[in-house]
Amino acid sequence: MRKNKRVVIRNHSAEANLFARRAFIAFLGVCTLILILFNNIYELEISSYEKYQTRSNSNRIKLLPVAPNRGLIYDRNNVLLAENKAIYSIEIIPEQVKDLEKTITEVSELLDISKEKQEKLFKSLRSKRRFKPIELQSRLSEQQVAMFSVNQHKFPGVFIDARLKRYYPFADLTTHSIGYVARINGHDAIMLEEQNKTENYAATRNIGKLGLEKYYQDILHGTVGHQEVEVNNQGRIIRTLDFTPPIPGKDLTLTLDIELQMIAKRALSGKRGAVVAIDPRDGGVLAMYSNPSYNGNLFVHGISTRDYKNILSSRNRPLINRTVSGSGYPPASTIKPLLALTGLEEGIITPETEIYDPGFYQLKGVENKRRDWKKWGHGKVNLTKSLEQSCNVYYYDLAYKLGITRIARMMEKFGFGEHTGIDIYEESRGIMPSVEWKRARKNRPWYTGETLSVGIGQSYWSVTPLQLAQAVSILVNKGQIKVPHLLKATTEVIAVDQSATDSDNTNEPQTGEQLPQQKLVTKAHPIDEKRPIVLKDAKYWDIVLDGMHNTVQKPGATAHKAFIGSKYDAAGKTGSAQTANLAQDQEYDAEATQESQRDNAMFVAFAPFEHPEIVVAVAIENVAKGGGGSNAAPVARQMMDQYFGDRVIVSKTKHPLHDNTYGEQYLENNTTGNN
Amino acid sequence: MRSTGHDQQKTRTLWQKLHIDLPLLAGILILMTLGLCIVYSAGGQSVDMAIKQARNMGIALFVMFAIAQIPPLVYRKWAVPVFIIGILLLVSVMFFGQVINGSRRWLNLGVAMFQPSEVMKLIVPIAVAWYVSQFDLPTKLVHIIAAFILLLIPTLLIAKQPDLGTSLLIASSGIFVIFLAGASWKLIGGCAILASAFAPILWLFLMKDYQKQRVLTFLNPEQDPLGSGYHIIQSKIAIGSGGLHGKGWLQGTQSQLEFLPERHTDFIFAVFSEEFGLMGVTLLLLVYLAIVMRGLWIASNAQHAFTKLLAGSLTLTFFVYVFVNIGMVSGLLPVVGVPLPLVSYGGTSMVTLMAGFGIIMAISTHRRFIM
Repeated sequence: MRKNKRVVIRNHSAEANLFARRAFIAFLGVCTLILILFNNIYELEISSYEKYQTRSNSNRIKLLPVAPNRGLIYDRNNVLLAENKAIYSIEIIPEQVKDLEKTITEVSELLDISKEKQEKLFKSLRSKRRFKPIELQSRLSEQQVAMFSVNQHKFPGVFIDARLKRYYPFADLTTHSIGYVARINGHDAIMLEEQNKTENYAATRNIGKLGLEKYYQDILHGTVGHQEVEVNNQGRIIRTLDFTPPIPGKDLTLTLDIELQMIAKRALSGKRGAVVAIDPRDGGVLAMYSNPSYNGNLFVHGISTRDYKNILSSRNRPLINRTVSGSGYPPASTIKPLLALTGLEEGIITPETEIYDPGFYQLKGVENKRRDWKKWGHGKVNLTKSLEQSCNVYYYDLAYKLGITRIARMMEKFGFGEHTGIDIYEESRGIMPSVEWKRARKNRPWYTGETLSVGIGQSYWSVTPLQLAQAVSILVNKGQIKVPHLLKATTEVIAVDQSATDSDNTNEPQTGEQLPQQKLVTKAHPIDEKRPIVLKDAKYWDIVLDGMHNTVQKPGATAHKAFIGSKYDAAGKTGSAQTANLAQDQEYDAEATQESQRDNAMFVAFAPFEHPEIVVAVAIENVAKGGGGSNAAPVARQMMDQYFGDRVIVSKTKHPLHDNTYGEQYLENNTTGNN
Repeated sequence: MRSTGHDQQKTRTLWQKLHIDLPLLAGILILMTLGLCIVYSAGGQSVDMAIKQARNMGIALFVMFAIAQIPPLVYRKWAVPVFIIGILLLVSVMFFGQVINGSRRWLNLGVAMFQPSEVMKLIVPIAVAWYVSQFDLPTKLVHIIAAFILLLIPTLLIAKQPDLGTSLLIASSGIFVIFLAGASWKLIGGCAILASAFAPILWLFLMKDYQKQRVLTFLNPEQDPLGSGYHIIQSKIAIGSGGLHGKGWLQGTQSQLEFLPERHTDFIFAVFSEEFGLMGVTLLLLVYLAIVMRGLWIASNAQHAFTKLLAGSLTLTFFVYVFVNIGMVSGLLPVVGVPLPLVSYGGTSMVTLMAGFGIIMAISTHRRFIM
């Protein structure tokens, strides 16, 4: 009670005032703090709105890249050479499965999946989100796919996923030209980054590694599409916001003829060598086959170490594309027509110029004798005969008179020692030896003796079969140079502009049917030409071509036997290249020589003589016996037989069904002046 | 005085007879409505959660109504024994409390879990107001020191649990009484200096590692964006991406897609900002400001020093909730576990807060009394 009394005498109004003042100050404090809060929220929601909106969107919106389908590759007759085949795998979404262990065991039993695969799946279960699919088995057989499809209703949460993988139905037949695709590796990734293509390849697994697959990678690949999805904090896709479909890569149509390719393979079976066939009219490569070859499909799935070792250690070295790369082959006598042409152009010889061949050639004041392949010599030899009989002495003499510099200059015009420019990257340049070349590469002076060897296509001279075919193409085109190529046309799907079709339709009666929104557009690949070779007299071309014609058509000429009975009029030139250095006067005996030291057989040909459509170059390594005429020419014959088939080619110079007499008549007419 | 009391009695409305302060109730109901909407949204549009929260609100409103019927001077009478019981309960928590999430806050009563620190949010201001109101205002230094000791005991006991948020609220409720009772500005200034001098000691010797981590995270949340900084970064993204108008109710991507953690409890303000934008936030802040204004108005018009101090302290403590919660969610303050009052999901703190409002309403509506 005392206390209460004391309270009563308190100055209440003063206390109330004090409290009111303090309460007011507190209220001001509250207002200040609310303003601070407001200011901060304003800062976040208004001043930094865009920044936070972006961050909010990048939280929830994810762009999932969708890989475009790779363009297909067809041969010239629309036979599919490279396709995208569905590969099936069985996958499981853990959260959709009630009893995971039981399901996996049952599915594995049904499809005969190994215990290891099951254990691997259980292991990966721990590290994966429960709504992401996990692969149980990849590359299912068709039987497994069918088996599961029938029983799918029993296994909710288990499904079959299809993925497209490159497949080459002709396997080793096309590997050296088409090449193959394989998994993008670290090296490829760096390259893609440098070229700013990483984004376009975001969903792509494989990339062209060889051949056309590599050369036309960009065209074949297409443009990546995007699926814009909303995800939650777990990364689960809630819904799709937008979809930009990928643009598939363009389809390629090649100049290759797969049937010719098959003939080449059959003709070369059991041998090391290469065949190239070109259409001289446009430079299109009809066939290019290198034997032995290997199966490019092995690389698509990632080649096993054992398979790769087998390929690498194979004595026949299948990885080398002998048509365009490797160390090349000495062209041997196959370049004699070109040397004759050089002689004519430089005025060293005329068609009438004759030499005497005693069976050897000897430079004045030099001990060393160069032997002709015919021991007793060819006797009197003019240009035509020099080609028909492939007389070495004639060309020793010609080469000596021309000198290496004039030869090299002309041969370089025909593409030797240079890339032909074919559309694969594996091409090598070969070697066209010259004084400068020897100085630069060997740091040695040029010897006249070497010029003589160059005269018969030996010495350091090295060519690829493609270069040979290209040189012959230039010859039959009389100087026109068409760059050889494999790509004939590209085909792409183009969305048709709706307004354009509408205006088109106004003139035509409406069918009532909706026009397709897309159409296929095929674009021919442009033919590349180089500056042509112009000779002082255009008839020089004909002289040399006639010589090659005789080589095939004249009985007893080096390539005659191989083409007896052909329905078309072929011309060509044989060659046999030494791979071993023989001592002077030493006789070459194939059977006694180590296999790798044996001669290479070479052959070049074209047909029909009047309007050539096909040029073939053949190289066969280390033949057991005989030369180009007996080993390589039959390969060209088979190629041409396939090419022309039953076609009847009307020719002034050769009766299609009656070749020998007609040919001989022709020869008589043409050789009377010479002999 | 008697005559005024008589006049007052004459004009008493039905609401006053029910001991309900209508403006205050209106503010509370607006907040609860907003809270219910946003809990429904933040809880992944769960009807269950909304119903539970509605039930919590019903219980809280009932508690408020019940407490409003009690004449405020009853609290003064019972202040001392209740305070002593409260302290004893806190001490027993220290020994017998249940450890949940690393802190010892709960007493297991067999039938239910009980959190003594929640009750202390009411007991401490009552006790300090009781003590201070015995003496003339402004309070003398001796009494201020005594009052400090009075509030320091429960504060430290709760801080030790550890429960930084609650101990902060309890300390401020006591300090507000002392402030409103007219502590001299010199003293307030001195204490501020002393507190800042105390900070390094607090950092070095008293704070636990996880508390230090919170402060470090607050200073630079981007340092560990996927770990300790994740909450605050996602919260700021949610608020910032709301913009002026917000993304719309149930349309907040940060909350609906679960990027924002603790979205229906402590971080509910971020959900609110994301979905209703600056406009919604402004409304919310104005409602809080109105409630604080009304509370301080009631306190100023209260008859007795005890009721003035009590109502003022409860009102300002309510605002501390608001400031600490919004400040923390928007990155102004380090993360301290304080809910957004009357909006965040949860029953315990809502009941305590509404009990506080019950006391304020009692102070506002009970018959003027003679001491």
